Amino acid sequence: MAMDRRAFLRATTLVGGGMLLGLYGSAPSLTDASAAPEPDPAAAPQQGGGQRPQQQGPPPLSPHAFIRIAPDGTVTIMARSPEVGQGVKTMLPMLIAEELDIDWKAVRIEQADLDSKYGVQFAGGSFATPSSWEPLRRVGATARHLLIAAAAQTWGVPEAECTTEPGRVLHRASNRSLGYGELAAKAAELPLPDPAQVRFKDPKDYTIIGHAKPGVDVRDIVTGKAVYGIDMELPGMLHAVYHKCPVFGGKIVSANLDEIKALPGVRHVFTLEGAEVTGNVLPGDPGLEAGIAIVADTWWAAHSARQKLKVTWDEGRWAQQSSEEFARRARELSGQAPARTLISMGDPDAALKSAAKVVEASYSYPFIAHAPLEPQNCTAHFHDGRMEIWTTSQTPGSGRGMVARALNIPEENITLHLLRAGGGFGRRLTNDYMVEAAAIAKTVGVPVKLLWTREDDMAHDYYRPGGFQYLSAGLDASGNLVAWRNHFISYGEGERFASSAAMQPGEFPARYVPNFALHASVMPLGLRTGALRAPGSNAYAFVIQSFLDELAHAAGKDPVAFRRELLAATPVAAPGGGGGRGGLNPARMRAVLDLVVEKSGWDARRKALPKGTGLGVAFHYSHQGYFAQVAEVSVNAEKAVRVHKVWVAGDVGSHIINPVAAESMVHGSVIDGLSELMAQEITLEKGRVVQTNYHEHRMVSLAQAPPVIEVHFLKSDNPPTGLGEPALPPILPAVGNALFAATGQRVRDLPLAKHGYTWA
Amino acid sequence: MAYKLTVNGRPATVEAPADMPLLWALRDVLHLHGTKYGCGIGMCGACTVHLNGEPARSCQVTIADAANASVVTIEGLSPDGTHPLQMAWQEVDVPQCGYCQAGQIMSAAALLKKTPRPTDAQIDEALDGNLCRCGTYLSIRRAIHKAAEAAAAGQKG
Repeated sequence: MAMDRRAFLRATTLVGGGMLLGLYGSAPSLTDASAAPEPDPAAAPQQGGGQRPQQQGPPPLSPHAFIRIAPDGTVTIMARSPEVGQGVKTMLPMLIAEELDIDWKAVRIEQADLDSKYGVQFAGGSFATPSSWEPLRRVGATARHLLIAAAAQTWGVPEAECTTEPGRVLHRASNRSLGYGELAAKAAELPLPDPAQVRFKDPKDYTIIGHAKPGVDVRDIVTGKAVYGIDMELPGMLHAVYHKCPVFGGKIVSANLDEIKALPGVRHVFTLEGAEVTGNVLPGDPGLEAGIAIVADTWWAAHSARQKLKVTWDEGRWAQQSSEEFARRARELSGQAPARTLISMGDPDAALKSAAKVVEASYSYPFIAHAPLEPQNCTAHFHDGRMEIWTTSQTPGSGRGMVARALNIPEENITLHLLRAGGGFGRRLTNDYMVEAAAIAKTVGVPVKLLWTREDDMAHDYYRPGGFQYLSAGLDASGNLVAWRNHFISYGEGERFASSAAMQPGEFPARYVPNFALHASVMPLGLRTGALRAPGSNAYAFVIQSFLDELAHAAGKDPVAFRRELLAATPVAAPGGGGGRGGLNPARMRAVLDLVVEKSGWDARRKALPKGTGLGVAFHYSHQGYFAQVAEVSVNAEKAVRVHKVWVAGDVGSHIINPVAAESMVHGSVIDGLSELMAQEITLEKGRVVQTNYHEHRMVSLAQAPPVIEVHFLKSDNPPTGLGEPALPPILPAVGNALFAATGQRVRDLPLAKHGYTWA
Repeated sequence: MAYKLTVNGRPATVEAPADMPLLWALRDVLHLHGTKYGCGIGMCGACTVHLNGEPARSCQVTIADAANASVVTIEGLSPDGTHPLQMAWQEVDVPQCGYCQAGQIMSAAALLKKTPRPTDAQIDEALDGNLCRCGTYLSIRRAIHKAAEAAAAGQKG
């Protein structure tokens, strides 16, 4: 820390004269925060906040990396994280601008490239808010401190007598003021202050945080000017497609490459070898897959040539796997002793034997594809030993590492530019398409844009893992939940689960039931799996909150009352201190449950519902967010379902940074969850994915969406946390429970469409 | 083969094979990237443009079929980006990822031309083929009503 920071600061002369504050923050030691590792995309979303990289450790980020102030006072703020639709390109700069004290309308936002000076550049796990709330406000506050210091020196007055109004430093005693633009050059020469001296605003004075700011790219989006990954163009750029085996790990035996080379517009055709993968479950990112690259003058030429490809594949050892076989094997395993016990508290077996009532149920949920609307793509240019990449990755740092390893290029010779992504949902946490593009670019030596088809995307995803859960629970004579046992059947090998296919031992209701056990058995899987928005939770909330509803029904209790009783129990200490989502705070969950009950008028509404209409409730804690939801649903004799209204109550801490965007994110979470509930399912036959495009993996349309989704945020005295994910999980069980209330039918096996349900 | 058409009011010539979809002619030959590729089978609506005034999925129209036609893309919906829908979309802050929104707006613009004050049901029908993976539908519906109101007020005023 005790280093000459001035050595790293440069005041730079602008074209047209003048100086900037904080240009080219080339101070590696100042930005050691960047050394904070990129969160493990598979692990981060499944862990509680306590396991996230701590922000206290490394020194603060340098304001010079993030803020440019031109002589005319124009402020440019760098947006550090990948924008995949979650709104961070707007929200993160808001944190800086607030503490810098600047008029938001005067701020220009630029997307940062991948660079260690920005710290963690990652989009996933609802991580942006908790990982940026303090550090990025500090960036703004530190810059404001420097500007005040510069003004105080100019005027020869104590810093303490100076204050700011948006864009200006004031000395009220002498009625003097200077604009930030006039102070920037001097401020850039000053040493960075001791972090302890940097003052933050009183939240009651916020003018940006908590005030709705439209997305910074919205005008470009509605006029067709926004540049997404797919829109990248470079002079002399060629277009590529990459043809892989429909079965994971398949190898090319022979192909008519010469014939393809002769087709119109085709410039290069070649094969790439895949990375070797051993074992009975795939690693989180298995590396480059074998395939055939076709590079042409236009994408259509490459795509058309691909239709003429004739390939003989060695489909390898996964060519026989099927969804049907997985379901059969899961049933078989359910009848056997579980392979492992993940957690056991009390004596669940004895408690089940002595329970007044035992309820048993088996639940299952399918593989699901992410299917963001923008198909995977990446542009790369290899020249002079350097690789330059334009990407929509959610984990650009991991992607750079993967390219470096796969192509043997030193990381420092790889530059990554981040482009707006047409959706992420976890698909772009993995960087397979980036490695493919880089490998193709390295071969052809000119700029090349790789673009997958929708069919490629559906066939080569990192799918949300399916799974099976066999539950038993015991109620005592008063209808209290006294025992819970779950045999969780998932994918993996030995003690290792496939990526995103694990269940945390502390998952609710662990600790809230005196006798509790989670057992697991796994099956081998030759399919790439990964984190889909609210990983784990998007399936487990459905199972847990549906089964709780069954138990409430068996106990003869109101579903809300039964849940309140459960949350009122004093949580028992877990062996090893719990962990994962064991960090649920029951008081916060009770508060959002109470709020959603109040807003939906649960009691009165439930009594007044017409036949065929039901009200369902559910709650879930994930990604440090607390959400409870109520859904009003009707269903007719043809099993046509209409979700009339959804009430959402959430607690993600003390501030909703950008309220309109936050509400929109909750709407989207609910609608996304409804798509998963009703129709989305990826199945395997002969080792390949059956579904090819959106008509076979349907998302909710405008007419099918609930006409009203009412969102209520409960502001609690906790640091703000993320909102990309935690509002999704409760909607699946809330609607499932409402369907049960309406019909007496309980669906335990997703999606609903398998059981004849459709949207009305 | 060279095909002549009018794109956003200007003459354009596209040198391309006859089966190239209009979508790819717009994107890769004319470098108009506002029209998006989502599914390639006319399922998602991201590639919606106006073809002779009617909404069309540009991934399902070949350049040969579009010869001599008049095509309007999101870039040409208004001269300065101030179509009531473009204004309302900003006011409501509709987009999340934004990738589908050009298609949504083009479908909505076609609706408003025929039905200046649409009901919810008419909006649902006209935009049901435009998928939004982020689920911004409630904002889309609100923005269309807002644009319709603004256009009506503008005409009166």
